[in-house]
Amino acid sequence: MLEIKNLHARIAEDETEILRGVDLTVNAGEVHAIMGPNGSGKSTLSYVLAGKDDYEITEGEVLFNGENMLEMDPDERAAAGMFLAFQYPIEIPGVATMEFLKTAMNAQRKARGEDALSIPDFMRRVKAAAAHLNVSMDMLKRPLNVGFSGGEKKRAEILQMSLLEPKLCVLDETDSGLDIDALRVVSEGVNKLRAPDRAMVVITHYQRLLDHIVPDVVHVLSKGKIVKSGNKDLALELEKNGYADYVDTAA
Amino acid sequence: MNASMPIRHTQAESDLFDRYDKAKSSFAGSVAVTALREAAVDQIRDHGLPHRRVEEYKYTDLRAFLKAASPLSAAADLVAAKNLLAEQNSYGDLERHRIVVANGVYVAELSDSDALAAEGVKIQDLNDVLEGENGSQYLTAPKSGLSDGVLALNTAFVQGGVVLEVADGADVSKPVELVHIATSSGAQVTRNQVRVGAGARLRLLETFTGETGGGEINSVFDYHVADKAYLAATRLIVGKDEAARLFTSVTTIGAEAEFKSLGFMAGPRFARNQQFVNFTGENSEAKIYGVTMAGGDDLADQTLIVDHAVPHCNSREFFKTVLDGRAKGIYQGRINVAQHAQKTDGEMMTQALLLSEDAEMANKPELEIFADDVICAHGATSGQIDEDLLFYLRARGIPEAEAKTLLVLAFLSEAIEEYGEDDVTEGLEERVRDWLAGH
Ligand SMILES: Nc1ncnc2c1ncn2[C@@H]1O[C@H](COP(=O)(O)OP(=O)(O)O)[C@@H](O)[C@H]1O
Ligand SMILES: [Mg+2]
Repeated sequence: MLEIKNLHARIAEDETEILRGVDLTVNAGEVHAIMGPNGSGKSTLSYVLAGKDDYEITEGEVLFNGENMLEMDPDERAAAGMFLAFQYPIEIPGVATMEFLKTAMNAQRKARGEDALSIPDFMRRVKAAAAHLNVSMDMLKRPLNVGFSGGEKKRAEILQMSLLEPKLCVLDETDSGLDIDALRVVSEGVNKLRAPDRAMVVITHYQRLLDHIVPDVVHVLSKGKIVKSGNKDLALELEKNGYADYVDTAA
Repeated sequence: MNASMPIRHTQAESDLFDRYDKAKSSFAGSVAVTALREAAVDQIRDHGLPHRRVEEYKYTDLRAFLKAASPLSAAADLVAAKNLLAEQNSYGDLERHRIVVANGVYVAELSDSDALAAEGVKIQDLNDVLEGENGSQYLTAPKSGLSDGVLALNTAFVQGGVVLEVADGADVSKPVELVHIATSSGAQVTRNQVRVGAGARLRLLETFTGETGGGEINSVFDYHVADKAYLAATRLIVGKDEAARLFTSVTTIGAEAEFKSLGFMAGPRFARNQQFVNFTGENSEAKIYGVTMAGGDDLADQTLIVDHAVPHCNSREFFKTVLDGRAKGIYQGRINVAQHAQKTDGEMMTQALLLSEDAEMANKPELEIFADDVICAHGATSGQIDEDLLFYLRARGIPEAEAKTLLVLAFLSEAIEEYGEDDVTEGLEERVRDWLAGH
């Protein structure tokens, strides 16, 4: 589903290289975890996949279901099935959450040549998804993410993800800022979306999320490169020994 | 300025003097009214049209813009007016009473005067009252000294309009839409007086439809809000007109009264909405909003002077501007607080969103305070669309143009929503979408 080959990316503004040759293949139905120290480039990788133009690709390629994803606009990628749950979901004053959800769902449907949702159908979907994720109607009445707590913002991201039904889910530190109960709710929401035709890339700094969302493969990203890959035991090993080994070997 | 040294007139000014000579025999009004018209023409003759060296017109040089002046519009074609009225749906199917002024003149046949009379609203043709013995008071601006240039232009050429009086205590159940219609090209010059009686409530919608060709629109609204009365006036100026669009309101507010206004402008090549708000009684409130959109080579000017001449009044001024292309936006707002106007609370904010590099915003909020026990604040911001917000929306599958529309609407809606006339909000937001889709 996703093939990243020798991907190099730098910050467009000052040309600092952040990704230095990332190779990663994720097949449909798989869940991959990417772990790594702060500043190793995890969020940058997620932004590059979503199409943020703060970054310049200097080398390599990204194929999404065989198509060159780097040539697509962010909204085209989304309509093709790419979803990024942001590490820091942004507040958008003046844009009502429900209006936003309806616009996003219908824009993607339109791009795929599907009919717009009827209002009752839309409402039914939102209510069902919100109930599973403990998202109150009161939250949905507010402007997008405005006044949401850290945990509420993360739940709202997963709500969007369930409504948009993407093919590739990239979750950037969805666990940060969540207490144990919220972590369970969010993980259950994510696990419900695991499916044979869907792939997930779960970026996290800590192992504890991976107790709830059990990955098929774990990668360590350090200084813009994947320096080690293994099964879920790799996460436990990292939890015990920290990232010190990888920071040094990558230097 | 020295009136004895004659100025060299522009083509447009010469056209205007011709226009006056040709039209004067057909103008309504008493001898005193004619004298006011003559004085206004003389003012233009002596000082010219307002230009950039007149402080209030520094950014909006009408003299330079006006290359020629069209004749005044001829009498309206009633069938055409009726059709235009039927098509006029800026507020969707909002229930409202309508009053029609076509080619500058009140049209009783197309106005809901019976329904309005039943609600305590009396309508008179301006041209009838101008003939009367108090005629001249309908053309006298409540300001002394040299009149504003646009106001003078209006006084000289006023073709008609309405006097709308709401009886004391009447609460008009539906908004009243005053529709200005052009059935043929030519300038349209109107003066409307709106008197809301003590304790009465009126929601007024002002709309303008039809093509005036090269003719300017110059409309003056004289609002009188009596004690404990309420007036909300929504002015909708939309369309890609090439000729000047000039609007003036002069508001006199009594005690314990509330006045709200929203000046909504989108699309004209050259538009100015100027408002003069005067508090004359205590414990009153004025809330003035502006929503402006301009693109291409448009110029859009919102000018405002709020005079706190008495104590214990609050005013709120909130203006939002969106500019694209090489458009120029202007906000000039001044709050004056007289020495004895203690406990005044004034809060003025103007914010601009620039969608292009070449658009330009002149923000000039000013406070002139002579009292010492007041709370007054003003602020001005100018910025671009936040790229991070745009990216977030696009990452959810919303195409760039639609994402921008959402963000522009969010920006402008702050003022529309604070204005708080909920039944017009949807119509206004649709007009924002129209502008974004086709400017
Ligand atoms: N847009 C940007 N502007 C400047 N620096 C950036 C930008 N994006 C990332 N960086 C820098 O790149 C490095 C990697 O950041 P990031 O991808 O956020 O790491 P991680 O998510 O692994 O903590 C950091 O040093 C960060 O400061
Ligand atoms: Mg990060």
